Amino acid sequence: MKFYVCVKHVPDTAASIKVMGDADYDKTVKFVMNPYDEYALEEAVQQKQALGGEVVAITVGGKESVATLRSALAVGADRGILVTAGTVFLDSGKTAQALATAIEKDGGADLIFMGKQSVDTEGMQTHYRLAKTMKVPVANEVVSLTLEEGRVVVEHEVGAGDREVLELSMPCVLGATKGLNEPRYPKLPDILKAKKKPIQEMNLSDLGIADQADTATVAKLLALPERGAATMLSGSVEDMVKELIDRLSTEAEVL
Amino acid sequence: MSNIGVWIETDHNGLKPANFGVVTAAKAGGTVYAFVFSEDGRNLSEELGRYGVDKVVFLNGDGPVERASVMADAVREYKLSTLLGLSSFKGRDLLARCACELEAPLALDATGIDLETGTVLKSHFSGKTTATIVLKGDVLVCGLRPNVIEAQEAPAETEEVVFSGNVPGDDGLKVLEVKKGESGKQDLTEADIIITGGRPMDSADNFKILEECAEQLGAAVGASRATVDAGFAPHSMQVGQTGKTVSPKLYIGCGLSGSVQHFAGMKTSKVIVGINTDKDAPIFGKCDYGIEGDLFEVVPALTDALKAR
Ligand SMILES: Cc1cc2nc3c(=O)[nH]c(=O)nc-3n(C[C@H](O)[C@H](O)[C@H](O)COP(=O)(O)OP(=O)(O)OC[C@H]3O[C@@H](n4cnc5c(N)ncnc54)[C@H](O)[C@@H]3O)c2cc1C
Ligand SMILES: Nc1ncnc2c1ncn2[C@@H]1O[C@H](COP(=O)(O)O)[C@@H](O)[C@H]1O
Repeated sequence: MKFYVCVKHVPDTAASIKVMGDADYDKTVKFVMNPYDEYALEEAVQQKQALGGEVVAITVGGKESVATLRSALAVGADRGILVTAGTVFLDSGKTAQALATAIEKDGGADLIFMGKQSVDTEGMQTHYRLAKTMKVPVANEVVSLTLEEGRVVVEHEVGAGDREVLELSMPCVLGATKGLNEPRYPKLPDILKAKKKPIQEMNLSDLGIADQADTATVAKLLALPERGAATMLSGSVEDMVKELIDRLSTEAEVL
Repeated sequence: MSNIGVWIETDHNGLKPANFGVVTAAKAGGTVYAFVFSEDGRNLSEELGRYGVDKVVFLNGDGPVERASVMADAVREYKLSTLLGLSSFKGRDLLARCACELEAPLALDATGIDLETGTVLKSHFSGKTTATIVLKGDVLVCGLRPNVIEAQEAPAETEEVVFSGNVPGDDGLKVLEVKKGESGKQDLTEADIIITGGRPMDSADNFKILEECAEQLGAAVGASRATVDAGFAPHSMQVGQTGKTVSPKLYIGCGLSGSVQHFAGMKTSKVIVGINTDKDAPIFGKCDYGIEGDLFEVVPALTDALKAR
C-alpha cells in the first residue's frame, strides 16, 4: 500500500499573531505541522505498520516547510516531497493541483490522508479540491476507518453527535480529525534517523503548473482584540447569580 | 442585483432556525432561490417566504455526491452569482463538493459577506485574526457560520418549483448507515446559549448540573478538551481549536481556565461569562462577566434563580 499524507507548515496555535501591513503577519513565530495533519500522519503510519507499504509526506510551501516534513519523517513517514512555492497559497485549488501532480508524478496513491482543515487559513477544502482533481472519492471529519479489499469504510461526524458510515472505493482522500487516533510524539532516536531519510524537492514548473492568478486573496488581516478584563460580580452566591441574570437581560440583552 | 441561492438545511425538527439568517444575508443581493432537497421536507415555503425567499426550488439527489452535482446544475440553470448555506457539518461538506463541481472559489465558516464585491470575512489563525477575503469567479460559494447574521422578516410572494439535475453514475462513495448520537440534542454550533464545563467537572455524572441549568436557559452543553480527554464528555461536545467553533449570544464557562485553544473556538460569542474559584484565572482577563466561586455552588444557584424567574 502506498499512503500519502499532506502536511502543512503553520504557525503554532499557541503563538500570538502580529499583523504586519495590510494583509501579512510576522512569520518569525514558531511553526509546526498543522495539528489535524498529525492525526492523518498517525493513521497512515499505523496502517503501514499493519499492512506494509510506504508512507510519503508531502507539502506545498516555502523552503522552510521542510521542517514540517522532517517532523513527519520522525513520526514514521519513509520519505518526503517538498513542492516549493514562494509561499503557501490561499487558493486551495492551486495547492490541490500541485499536490495531485506531484503525487501522480511520484507513482500514484492507494490512499491519501489529509487534515480536516488547516489552522492558519482555515480553508476546509483542499482535500475536496484534491479529490476532484484526481477524480477520486473524498470523506471529511473522519473519526474511524477500516481498510478492506479495494475499499475503505469510515465513520465521520455529521453534527449533533451523529455519525455516518461511508464506504469509499480506493484510491480516495480522507480528511482526519480528532478522535481518529492518538498521535505519537517522536523519540530522540527517531528524530535523528529522520535526518537521514530522503526529501525530494520539486517546483511548480517541474510539475508543469503554470502561474495563474489566485481566485482567493486576503485583502486585509485584522487582529481580533481580546476582550478586556471581566466585570467581577460580588456578594453571596445568590447575590451574584441574581445580578448576573439582571445584567444578562437588561445590560447585555442576551437573556 | 443578481440571483442568490441558499441551500436550506433541515433536521428532525424541520427547518433549522439558523437558515433564516442566511436568507437575510442573501436578500441583500437580489432574488433569493432556496434550494431544498425533496427528501428533506416539502412544507417549508411559508416559513421561507416570511424571510424573503422568492423561489423555493425542490431538488432531487441522495447522498453527498449526487446532491452536490444536482445543486451545481441548479446554480447554472438559475444563473446564480452566489450560493450560500450554513457552515454546519453537512453544509461544509455539501458546499465544498458543490464548489468543486462548479470550479468556484469557496469560503467556509464565514462571519460576513458583501455580495456586491464578493468579499467575505472569516477567521484566520484559529480566531486570532479576521481576514477579509476577495473571491474571484463567475459563481462564488460561501458557508456562513450559524448565528452571525441576524434573521430579519421580509415577507415575499414565494413560488415553488421542482428542478431535476443530473445524478452521476458510480461515484465511489456509498452511505451505509447513520449512527444517531444522543437523539434530540441541539448541535452546539447552532445553539444560541452554551454552558460549558471544564476540568473540575471531574466526572460525566456531574455534567447533570450543567444540563439542568441548560434546560432553564434553553442552552446546549459544551466541554473543554481537558474533560473530553478525561472521558467525562464525548468529543462532539468539545469546544475549541480541535473541537467546535461556536458563536452563541451567551457563553457560560464553568471551571475553564481560559486557554488560548479553548478561546479559539468561542471568542466570537457575543457575551462570555466565567465562573472560576481562582480570581487570577486567565478567563477573567478576557470575558464580560466574572463570578469568583465554586461552580458546584454557583451553577445550581443559577438554575434555581432561573426557575424562579
Ligand atoms: C494543539 C492543541 C489543541 C487544543 N485544543 C483544545 C480544544 O479544542 N478545546 C479545549 O478546551 N482545549 C484545547 N486544548 C487544551 C488547552 O490548552 C487546555 O489545556 C484546556 O482547554 C484546559 O481545559 P480546562 O480549562 O477545562 O482546564 P484547566 O486549564 O485545568 O482549568 C480548570 C480551571 O477550573 C478552575 N476550578 C477548579 N475547581 C473549580 C471549581 N470547583 N469551580 C470553578 N472553577 C474551578 C481552576 O481554577 C482552573 O482555572 C488544546 C491544546 C493544544 C496544545
Ligand atoms: N500547502 C499545503 N501543503 C500540503 N498539504 C496541505 C496544504 N494546504 C492544505 N493542505 C492539506 O489540506 C488540509 C485542509 O486544508 P485547508 O483546506 O487549508 O483547511 C490540511 O489539513 C492539509 O492536510
